[in-house]
Amino acid sequence: MSSLLKIALAAALVNNVVLSQFLGLCPFLGVSKKTKTAAGMGMAVIFVITISSALTSLVYNYILAPLDVTYLNTIVFILLIAALVQFVEMALKKFSPALYQALGVYLPLITTNCAVLGIALTNVQKEYGFLTSIVNGLFTAIGFTIAIVILAGIREKMEYNNIPKAFKGTPIVLITAGLMAIAFSGFAGLL
Amino acid sequence: MNTLSSVKERLFNGIIKENPTFVMMLGMCPTLAVTTSCINGLGMGLTNTVVLAMSNIIISSLRKIIPDKVRVPAFIVIVASLVTVVQFLLQAYIPSLNDSLGIYIPLIVVNCIILGRAESYASKNPVIPSLFDGIGMGLGFTVGLGLLGAFREIIGYGTIFGYDFLTLINNLIDKISKSPSFNIEPIRIIGLAPGAFFVLAFLVAIQNKVKASKGKKSNDMDKCSGSCTSCKGGCVDE
Repeated sequence: MSSLLKIALAAALVNNVVLSQFLGLCPFLGVSKKTKTAAGMGMAVIFVITISSALTSLVYNYILAPLDVTYLNTIVFILLIAALVQFVEMALKKFSPALYQALGVYLPLITTNCAVLGIALTNVQKEYGFLTSIVNGLFTAIGFTIAIVILAGIREKMEYNNIPKAFKGTPIVLITAGLMAIAFSGFAGLL
Repeated sequence: MNTLSSVKERLFNGIIKENPTFVMMLGMCPTLAVTTSCINGLGMGLTNTVVLAMSNIIISSLRKIIPDKVRVPAFIVIVASLVTVVQFLLQAYIPSLNDSLGIYIPLIVVNCIILGRAESYASKNPVIPSLFDGIGMGLGFTVGLGLLGAFREIIGYGTIFGYDFLTLINNLIDKISKSPSFNIEPIRIIGLAPGAFFVLAFLVAIQNKVKASKGKKSNDMDKCSGSCTSCKGGCVDE
């Protein structure tokens, strides 16, 4: 149990997926203008990453490993994730229109998000089991959500600031992200 | 002669005119993650070059066979297979590079430079120009990552290619000034994760400045120019 807690803390805060591993930078910079959309993106990422960690872990442990074809993991995972996102989108549309309304726009953007594939591969590389993979995926995605919502909050405030002309837009967002990365590196003492 | 000039044009286009790092701002995830040292940046860039050149050859020669509707999944499978092959080669022959790049090698699959070139160039052009388009773009990426890596290594650790020149300079200063208290220290934060964001921020700011002086519109990643794959992975109309 304590090892699961350790993995959860490390995934969400210490090795934050965007701020220290640089995965999923694109939505982090692109969908962080407003807190509301940022939270929506975060929820969609939590949803997809948790399911994909579970699925890739099952496929790896029960199909690829027994057949001794683990070297195919990159190819299999990327196809699985692409298919999964399509499937989740269809299922949501059919069974939960409210949730689809909230997450629908973000789902297609996640297919090719490097964080999803990155976490599936990390789970395999660190030889996590089924439960550990899900915990790692879920908390990594929560870490992503924390980071993107905080960034969106800061950006909303920053609208009214007087920023040097060349730094308007992406550069100041990157500087903000850098300062957040410094703050998050303080969590390293937790473990 | 005609092919030769088109080869030259492709190489120039990839390395200078449409440099993926400095001009197009593509593939930002690996750019930030692996440029902690010059050698890592160059290694990542060259690995990308190999994958890009081979994927462009294969996709270009199959361009009339792959049906239009399933072309993106087909490209992804081709690129993923190539990345797997390259990863094995690295594991066998350059294990140290494989260890330091780690998870970012399989993530080449979702690098937008490769899918972007497949989509916008290789799927429409003959094999030879596509090959050199891939080599040009790859070398442009290598140059970009190498320069950023060198910058961060020099400022952040005071070394270059692992060679500790800062101690040398400090010893020299000590000899000249004879006061041993004066020492140049590396700015460690540039070599760590936050430094990557700062370096990229200044890079984009410089780019904005240059574009503003030329009277062009400034670069804005919110307009979907800086995403991870096929350049559409991170934008929603807000």
